[in-house]
Amino acid sequence: MSIINRVTFNELKQMSGADFINELIDAFLDDAPDMIQNMHTALDTKDVESFRRNAHSLKSNANTFGATELGVLAKELEFMAKENNLEIGNRLEVLNETFGKVAEELKGMRI
Amino acid sequence: MKSAHEPGYLLVVDDNKVNRILLARGLEGDGHKVETAENGKQALDKLRRDAFDLVLLDIEMPEMNGYQVLETCLQDPELRDIPIIMTSSLDEIDSVVKCVELGAEDYLNKPVNPILLRARVNASLEKKRLRDEQRKLFRTFATKEVADELLKTGFSLGGKYVNASVMFADIRSFTTIGEKQDPTDTIELLNNYFALMFEAIIGNNGTVNQLEGDGLMAIFGAPIHQDGHREHAVRAALEMMELLKGFNVEQAAQNKVRIKIGIGIATGKVIAGFTGTQYRATYTCVGDTVNLAARIEEHTKEAQRPILIDQYTSEGLSNDIEVETLGPMLFKGKKQAIHIFAVKPN
Repeated sequence: MSIINRVTFNELKQMSGADFINELIDAFLDDAPDMIQNMHTALDTKDVESFRRNAHSLKSNANTFGATELGVLAKELEFMAKENNLEIGNRLEVLNETFGKVAEELKGMRI
Repeated sequence: MKSAHEPGYLLVVDDNKVNRILLARGLEGDGHKVETAENGKQALDKLRRDAFDLVLLDIEMPEMNGYQVLETCLQDPELRDIPIIMTSSLDEIDSVVKCVELGAEDYLNKPVNPILLRARVNASLEKKRLRDEQRKLFRTFATKEVADELLKTGFSLGGKYVNASVMFADIRSFTTIGEKQDPTDTIELLNNYFALMFEAIIGNNGTVNQLEGDGLMAIFGAPIHQDGHREHAVRAALEMMELLKGFNVEQAAQNKVRIKIGIGIATGKVIAGFTGTQYRATYTCVGDTVNLAARIEEHTKEAQRPILIDQYTSEGLSNDIEVETLGPMLFKGKKQAIHIFAVKPN
């Protein structure tokens, strides 16, 4: 699975216009670490709803940029939270690593 | 890409910054003016402060989610007419269905497809413009209550039978008046005259639903049923005569032509409903009662009485309205003679 699906990314660039793709990438790189942090916190406080909502947002953004793998991981966590299941093993660490790769690649795609 | 449509003032509500930027930029690129809100509370504050044409509303939000915002808007008379498009991810389809059932205008899946975004936004804006225009139109022809009711119940073009009082009124020998004076004066006269007649009709819960030349048709007791519509119609007629007196005094003072009118009212079953197309509809009534009211109005000239009514109308009046019986009349197209009554102007 590719880290960033180029077709999706190019569609996004086309829709937002080249001028705004940097703004979008920055917004994502700004917000996503907070979402992941919120998920860690929610895990500690057993706040299933907050965990689910942050996973949902991360999934939504990942899909917007064509970060397919990150999207799948976030979606899986969202669904586990929906089932009230926070026994997620090392999934959050895997997600964090994947986000690191996505962030690196997106930084290089700024215009 | 520029849109061929008129721009609107849009509110994008999403807790997610990427989504906000994406939607806002896409819409701004289409020429719209866009404001954003990060949560439901902020959205409602902005909606109450400014007149937006359309809202794009995320479902998943902390504090106050999309449902709650949608419900609040639909219950608020000031906000319920603003179209709301829900934005959601594909796996929230159940929530989307619920929102559309509640009264959301439409929905869009995220990540949003730019072509669909443009199409749905423009379609919703267009629909809102039509509704706004229809409301404006209704408000000039009917009371605020009737206009609101019509907008609330929607524009089903189907008809139904209703019991109502139908009024026809026109100016005597108007063709001659038109031939004698300047066209500008004639149109001015008509406009001033109609303004007064509308006031009397709308003030007595009537709806003017047709204007043709110097004639008008009004209906009482429909589209919204009201007890006492017979009396409302007759009181409107009396007020019309009263206002006409003042009008003629002014006309005479300006050395302009004075006019006489005839008013005919009949009550009974009419078929009422919206006719036309989705884009241009009018509330109209047809049936025997309507034909009878028109015949009675024509008869005012011969009877030399300004206000004539049928028996059923006369039976619905309070005692302070003076009525004189003129006996049975045989009208064209009617098998039975109709008892006609003249109402005495004050």
